Amino acid sequence: MVKIMNKLKSEKIKKKLLDSSVGIAGLGGLGSNAAIALARAGIGKLVLVDFDLIEGDNVTRQYYFLDQIGRAKVDAIKGNINRINPNVNVVVHNLKLNKGSMEKPFKDVDVIIEALDNAETKANFIEEIMLKLPNKPIVAASGVAGYGHSDRIVTKRCGNLYLCCDECAPSSDDDVLLAPRVALMANWEANLALEILLGEDK
Amino acid sequence: MSIEVNGKNVDWVENENVENLLKRMRYLFPLVIVKINDKVVPKQDFSKAMIPDKSKIAVIHMISGG
Repeated sequence: MVKIMNKLKSEKIKKKLLDSSVGIAGLGGLGSNAAIALARAGIGKLVLVDFDLIEGDNVTRQYYFLDQIGRAKVDAIKGNINRINPNVNVVVHNLKLNKGSMEKPFKDVDVIIEALDNAETKANFIEEIMLKLPNKPIVAASGVAGYGHSDRIVTKRCGNLYLCCDECAPSSDDDVLLAPRVALMANWEANLALEILLGEDK
Repeated sequence: MSIEVNGKNVDWVENENVENLLKRMRYLFPLVIVKINDKVVPKQDFSKAMIPDKSKIAVIHMISGG
C-alpha cells in the first residue's frame, strides 16, 4: 500500500513539475547550480538570463567546464542541461538586466529565482519584480560568501518574497566565494522554488 | 523603553523615523524591506514613519555574492 501511495505521489509531482516553469536571473554560482538542480528534478521549462562569458575562475563554483571558458554562460548552461535532461524546454536571453525593464523576460514563468551577484543589483531586481509583478513568487539569496556556518542560513518570507539568507555573512567584496556554500544556497533556492510550485511536503 | 531590531534589543528613541534608525544601526547594505510590527514600510515613507516604543523591526537587506 505504501509503495502504491509513493508511486502515485511521485507521478503527481512529475506531472506538476513538467507543467511548471522557473525563470532565473543570473547564471553564476547561484543561477547555474539552481538551473541544473531544477533540470534534474524534471522542471518543464527554464527561462535563463545572463550576459556574461565564462572565465577561468568561474569553474571553481559555477556549473561549467574548463573547455567552456570564453563561451556565453547562457549557451554553455543550455548545453549542460541538455546533457542531463533533454526534455527541459530551455529559453535563454543573452542580455544584461537593466533597471526599468528587469521583469520583462520573466512575465510568464511560475516562479522567479534571483541569482545575481551585486547587492545593489539584487535589491533593485527584487524591488522591481515586487512592484511590477506583485503576484509572482520570487526566491532570492543573500550572504553566500565564505565557508562553514551552514546552520545560519534561514528562509525569510515577506509576501511573495522568499529570501534564503545568512544575515551574518560577509560581502563577497570582502570574502571568498567557495563552491560548497554557493551550491548550498543555490540548491536552497531551487528547493524553495519546488516547495512553491508543489506546495508544502506534508 | 526599548525596541527589537532584527532580534536585537535596542534603545527606543523618541521621534525617531525609519531613516534615522537605519543610520543608528549602521545598516548600509542595499535594503529590500523594512517592517514595523510585521507591516511593510514603503521606501518613500522612511523619513515619515516613526518608530513606536516596544515595536519589533525587521530589516531585510542584501549582501553581495552569487
